Amino acid sequence: MSHHTSGHGGHAFAHHFESAEQEFETSKFGMWLFLVTEIMLFGGLFVAYIIFRGMYPEMFVEAHHHLDKVMGGVNTLVLICSSLTMALAIGMVQRNNNKKASMYLVATLLFAAMFLVIKYFEYSHKFHDGLLPGAHFDAAKNGIQHPKADLFFSIYFLMTGLHGVHVLIGMGLIGWMLKRTMSNEFSSQYFFPVELVGLYWHLVDLIWIYLFPLLYLIG
Amino acid sequence: MATTHEAAHGNHANYLNESKGIWSWMVTLDHKRIGVMYLWTTMIFFTIAGFLALALRLEHWGPTQNIMGADTYNKVFTLHGAIMVFMFIIPSIPAALGNFLLPLMLGTKDVAFPRLNLASYYVFLVGAAMTVGAILFGNSVDTGWTFYTPYSIKSGSSVVLVVMGVFVMGFSSIFTGLNFIATIHKLRAPGMTFHRMPLFIWATYATSILQVLATPVIGITMFLLMMERVLHVGIFDPKLGGDPVLFQHFFWFYSHPAVYIMILPGMGIVSEIIATFSRKPIFGYRAIAYSSLAIAGISFLVWGHHMFTSGQSDFSNFLFSLLTVLVAVPTAIKIFNWTATLYKGSIKLDVPMLYALSFIFLFTIGGLTGLFLAALSVDVHLHDTYFVVAHFHYVMMGGTVIALLGGLHYWWPKMFGRMYPESIGRVGWACVFFGFNLLFLPQFWMGSHGMPRRYYNYPAEFTLSHQISTVGSWLVALGFLIHFASLLWASKYGKKASENPWGAKTLEWTVESPPTLHNFHTMPTVNSFPYEYKPEKV
Amino acid sequence: MFWHKAYAGTISLPQAATNAVRIDALHDFLWWMSVFFLALITFATLYFAWKYHRSKKGRETAYILGSHTLEAIWTIIPLILMLVIFAWGYRDYLWLRTEPQNPVEINVIGRQWLWNFEYPNGRKTMNEVYVPKGKAVKMIMTSEDVLHSFYVPNFRLKQDVVPGMYTYIAFEATLTGEHPVYCAEYCGTSHSDMLAKLFVLEPKDYDEWLETGKLSAAAKNYIGAAAKGKPDQPKGSAAPTQSLADRGKELFNSKGCFACHTADGTPKVGPTLKGVFGKTEELADGSTVKIDENYIRESLMEPQKRITKGFPPSMPPFKGLLSDEEVNALIAYIKSLK
Repeated sequence: MSHHTSGHGGHAFAHHFESAEQEFETSKFGMWLFLVTEIMLFGGLFVAYIIFRGMYPEMFVEAHHHLDKVMGGVNTLVLICSSLTMALAIGMVQRNNNKKASMYLVATLLFAAMFLVIKYFEYSHKFHDGLLPGAHFDAAKNGIQHPKADLFFSIYFLMTGLHGVHVLIGMGLIGWMLKRTMSNEFSSQYFFPVELVGLYWHLVDLIWIYLFPLLYLIG
Repeated sequence: MATTHEAAHGNHANYLNESKGIWSWMVTLDHKRIGVMYLWTTMIFFTIAGFLALALRLEHWGPTQNIMGADTYNKVFTLHGAIMVFMFIIPSIPAALGNFLLPLMLGTKDVAFPRLNLASYYVFLVGAAMTVGAILFGNSVDTGWTFYTPYSIKSGSSVVLVVMGVFVMGFSSIFTGLNFIATIHKLRAPGMTFHRMPLFIWATYATSILQVLATPVIGITMFLLMMERVLHVGIFDPKLGGDPVLFQHFFWFYSHPAVYIMILPGMGIVSEIIATFSRKPIFGYRAIAYSSLAIAGISFLVWGHHMFTSGQSDFSNFLFSLLTVLVAVPTAIKIFNWTATLYKGSIKLDVPMLYALSFIFLFTIGGLTGLFLAALSVDVHLHDTYFVVAHFHYVMMGGTVIALLGGLHYWWPKMFGRMYPESIGRVGWACVFFGFNLLFLPQFWMGSHGMPRRYYNYPAEFTLSHQISTVGSWLVALGFLIHFASLLWASKYGKKASENPWGAKTLEWTVESPPTLHNFHTMPTVNSFPYEYKPEKV
Repeated sequence: MFWHKAYAGTISLPQAATNAVRIDALHDFLWWMSVFFLALITFATLYFAWKYHRSKKGRETAYILGSHTLEAIWTIIPLILMLVIFAWGYRDYLWLRTEPQNPVEINVIGRQWLWNFEYPNGRKTMNEVYVPKGKAVKMIMTSEDVLHSFYVPNFRLKQDVVPGMYTYIAFEATLTGEHPVYCAEYCGTSHSDMLAKLFVLEPKDYDEWLETGKLSAAAKNYIGAAAKGKPDQPKGSAAPTQSLADRGKELFNSKGCFACHTADGTPKVGPTLKGVFGKTEELADGSTVKIDENYIRESLMEPQKRITKGFPPSMPPFKGLLSDEEVNALIAYIKSLK
């Protein structure tokens, strides 16, 4: 697809748009639609969570004590910080400050990595204690009484696992934006790719903000 | 309806010949080429699944084993359903005709995100390859296309690979829907207000909304089923404390809206054809447009009607039955409005119109028999019998496939610049129409007399009905063969088509046949309703 | 209904249970309504296609954008019809689902690919089930493996059989003889061979069969068994050694239930089991539950899930320790403690 060089500030836009602005508006609209599909995707797991919590409220209370509130809490803070640096990066790109923007993107990447490292420690602890999904759950290793506690960990791993995959994808996208920012592709006239990745990253953050209380802070 | 460039005649450059070689197709970002690639791909899957159906019908020539064993039969009916639903009907009209027509009808050069459009085609291919791989290199799949737990957890067939294929193909559907919604919202030609959009666009719009909102849910459901088999997570497995009926809720939360993903575009096609071949404005444009949205909206609230006998609560049954009968109202409005459009028109019964009128007849049967299944007490008797099989084939095949055939004949001149042979087309239509009724009418009778579906062996008293049905399947196959041969022949050797062979009023008929790469030489401006057929002398 | 004598109905299957008549009535209403609307639409399309065909020269096409009056008519009439159909279907469905008083209870277990039946006195049959004519019968069903569905076309009745829970059908048979039973929910390789025969007997013949396992000569005659040389004891049958409730009582003792529960009405560590069946109890969290088969099954398998108010959550789960047959026996025992 050929790109014209025309319109505002000399930015190229795809031939089937009338203007760079139309391209920006359309892309942003598309991103919001995509975020809706993401919410529907996680929505399925949230529904499963609600159904099983409704069925076994006391089991959820008992099982959730085996999650590490401190690690979960720190991770929440880490992701909120990453959202902040992401927003700052977009602000910098809009002000033509690609250098600072790159710095903030690096910071966002570091926070994301920190989140995954903490998650890794949490997961390995769960593995060690036999706090595993479904058939792999081993009550002998962790002393949970309730016979259905494996379901809690099924839901825990499915939700946090799917979220973790989204963090990984987000890191890839942020890395790509970093590369493009460092080669000065963006300007106050053309920055929407960074803004779109930012939208995605905020959603990943937002989902965690729901996951944290629902899984770690029951009862 | 629009002011556009007067096309130059003769051998002009068009989207088919502007670049050559298979590579130019594989990396194309042109919506028309992507549409055509979808068309060939879905037609291949339709043919495969069609042969599976012929094999099923042949197996039922007698009440016990004829040409295959029970396990093979179970795999064949599963694959027939899964390929037809996920690899043919869902992508066929939206992704093939929709891709080709949407920008042309809206007066724009392409869809909003051409790269995503090509990507969604390849995502579809990858998903389809997984499913085909499971058949060729794995142990196929024998769960029924519905993958009900706990059988799908215990089955020894290659469920994971097939389910992963469905999961992946879901993303293709999501991307297509997302692309279309963005295109409709942001890329309409100047003057093309929502109320000036052709009804095919309205139908595609409603379809796209369903694709975007419902498909992620089948994604997560298939993901959970994979996790169930690989990691034994226990969400749906009663042995591990899960709930097998929950799977049905998840599955139908997508798959009921998916039924409308399949039928709404067909309704869009029929609206276009009926107006064109009656030379009259469509009767009650807004009612038809909004009823598409109403159907899409209600379709999210009726999934439980697949589960009246599943053991769900009586209150759920009350609610789902009530909401289900309400879907019939916007559907009835469409049927009556189409019929009223014919009144005092100038009707020409070319193949597209024959199919549009057949659609009204067959879809009315499909819709009315749906009421039997929506009525709680009657569904207790008819659920999971051949009545259901006949009902959804009247909707899916009598509706969607019939509309698709009409649409292909209608837009073939636009897509390939050549006319199909009319008389051969009519012979094909006759085979399909009469064969179809021969094939599925007896199945209503069998169902109401207790013939359960997915039965390899069947009680001997149903032999004659099964045989009639099987003969019908041959007639339908013959009809398809005639159509495919005539359309393929026409795309190369048919009479050259003018810009607007049918005298239609929508924008795609203002450009050359076939269109140039960027569709319009001068971007069109729209200043009227899409079916502005003024009174004319006959 | 009076017209039913003269009008045979569109389904030519025997109407072998009271609800079959009701279901057929709505079915036929829908049938004739469909015929009417299909004829209307088809006639209109064909007539217009002929009358306004392009070959009919010398006239002018009309420019009609629509008519709100007409659209209102074909919105409101279908809407009313739909609500009637819904209400009719729901009324009969509720009637169908209403649990009868003191029914003859038969336990059904579906397995890939056969049906097991057990009667209150402990008699067992496989793929053949006997019920009395003119009496309320309740089939309490569960599955040992995957989903099945118990379908009796002559009764117009069907219910999915789900592992891990009980579902039921209740009916009153009106026609003696043999009626086919199909599995209607796909369950794997031999799904289409998962068949059973349901025999409706005169009450006294049923009682005799239940006691002795023998069919009277009259019964053999009207179920057509004499002609087919059907043995009295179908394959997989077992004569009763003790009634289901007695076996439940034995289990109650051998599994140690008596340590916490009594059968005489006095509460112990856990609530007494006397007279609880069918009652509505208040739970620890303030909600209430009707004590039915599903609740007792759940209380055995996952006792912590719903605890009766005023009792400690100290019962151990019996999941994996009791078979489906044993659970059925314990439920029968609890029911017998009136």
